[in-house]
Amino acid sequence: MIWQLDFWLMVVLVIFAIAALEVRDLLAAVGILTGYSFLMALLFAELGAPDVALTEAALGAGLTGVFLLVALFFFDRTSED
Amino acid sequence: MSLRFDSGLPEGLAGSAHRGMSRTYHSLFVDVVTKAMVPMIQVFAFYVIFHGHYSPGGGFQGGVMLAASIMLLRLAMGQEESFRRFPPDWGMLLAAGGTLLFAVLGVLPMVFGGNFLDYEYIPFLGAEAATRRYWGILLAEVFIGFLVWGALVAIYDALSGGGE
Repeated sequence: MIWQLDFWLMVVLVIFAIAALEVRDLLAAVGILTGYSFLMALLFAELGAPDVALTEAALGAGLTGVFLLVALFFFDRTSED
Repeated sequence: MSLRFDSGLPEGLAGSAHRGMSRTYHSLFVDVVTKAMVPMIQVFAFYVIFHGHYSPGGGFQGGVMLAASIMLLRLAMGQEESFRRFPPDWGMLLAAGGTLLFAVLGVLPMVFGGNFLDYEYIPFLGAEAATRRYWGILLAEVFIGFLVWGALVAIYDALSGGGE
């Protein structure tokens, strides 16, 4: 466990989370959320939980992004609030 | 063949409420990369399933990867071609079959006097108790993998409006 790597992964994770909330283009929000999940998987793997990391990488970075993308096909691309 | 670099979403799909995902744009790069990636994703998914009991992963993660490979087909090739490779009713069939087989595997030890999912009571899986438990866990992983694969593809088809 390398605390510098953990620290910077956490910092980038928080930046990604805020960016996914703030961005107007919902397609970009889905992309940023996928990146968030991937960083989360890296963090889990670095913390010594490869099983959780594999699940997070497959579900969070793979399937959730695809499902949100499919839902996005039926809505407008820009957020209104 | 026409290439479009404007939005990333297929033409006519962004913001359309009822057209669904029947049309795609045709890009040589997307086609070639998809055709190269899908078998590799599936081989890795089967590796994850079959090595689930001594390495990270298992039936659920491998099934999610198999479903993701089918979704890559659906997203990149459009409905006509991807339905020819993986018909939409296979999703529910795989999910129902996997659930049924897993339930049978769970109830089978109860028939022979054990508890639910107590594999060492299944007599025809091997000679020793450890061997029987090994094969039982492996079979459970495989069934869970197929069940998750089918269920997630069925959810995707229901979401994208292609599964009717």
